Amino acid sequence: MSFINYSSREINCKIVYYGPGLGGKTTNLQYIYDKMSPDTKGKLISLATETERTLFFDFLPLALGDIRGFKTRFQLYTVPGQVFYDASRKLILRGVDGVVFVADSQIERMDANIESLENLKVNLKENGYDFDKIPLVIQYNKRDLPNAADLQEMKSLLNPKNLIDFEAVATKGIGVFETLKAIAKLVLVEMKKSAAVR
Amino acid sequence: MAGPSLIMYEEEFNQINKVLEKLTKEANAKIVFLVDKNGQLIAAYGETKNIDTTSLASLTAGNIAATGGLAKLIGEKEFSILFHEGERDNIHISIIGQRVILVVIFDHRSSLGLVRLRVKKTGDELNAIFSRLMKKVEKEPQAGSPFSEITDEDIENLFKD
Repeated sequence: MSFINYSSREINCKIVYYGPGLGGKTTNLQYIYDKMSPDTKGKLISLATETERTLFFDFLPLALGDIRGFKTRFQLYTVPGQVFYDASRKLILRGVDGVVFVADSQIERMDANIESLENLKVNLKENGYDFDKIPLVIQYNKRDLPNAADLQEMKSLLNPKNLIDFEAVATKGIGVFETLKAIAKLVLVEMKKSAAVR
Repeated sequence: MAGPSLIMYEEEFNQINKVLEKLTKEANAKIVFLVDKNGQLIAAYGETKNIDTTSLASLTAGNIAATGGLAKLIGEKEFSILFHEGERDNIHISIIGQRVILVVIFDHRSSLGLVRLRVKKTGDELNAIFSRLMKKVEKEPQAGSPFSEITDEDIENLFKD
């Protein structure tokens, strides 16, 4: 659910990075934070355990620029990937405008990817969203690892509908901004569409 | 999509700011701000200069969401008031009309009792404003919506390096 403020002329949108534990969601945000210029980003908030596992969420506000005199701001969130944090994931999806699914390319994480994608479907539904309609981009992360699964195989497992997807190595920044741009664009196009139908 | 966007017009925005200003003074508070349940900052008043209000808004919403989860687990609908006591500053958080979150930050110059009293009064005023706002949005859903006019080119331009 976006927030449009006519008084301060701002548009705010919420994007959530979803995916299995240790897949690189926080690393995506960290890279974006490191590379953005200070005037366009806020603080990166990380609610993590001592071992750097996300406990509740990470949060990064970004300002992308103006559209027709409206400042467009995006708030990026990650969810905790570990299976037992499901209640938290559900809460963070509330009011989401777009989702990035960060898949772990390592072949032994394929089951975890599928489980997390199914969990995303369930949690979106419980928040009143339709998985088939919400803006969604898929990222195959950790492509540089020797045990990375075949890309076509991952596509057929995780992206049968051929949504926009990217290969990535989040630690090196490969594919990170491509993914962000793609989801931001999808969210804005979706907002444009729903403004036209209403 | 689940629910329409939250839309804020100039008239209501000014009214909200006035209400927050009044509350800040009457409750002797340092900062007062209003957040929607999804973590977007709606308005803030007071000594906000040295404080990261965007992060405060997102963490407040996270806090309310987590306590709401706790409430459901024990069979409560929600906990409508939260209070955090610090060494110097305290935070009073309350849910207004199940829609928005009102946060008051105060120190020794005020007291919990005073803040609670003033927040209660303010809640009714804010509720009235938001009810009017919702009606207005329903009536003229896309009055000048920036999105009804933007072109694909506008969106492309945003991403030019």
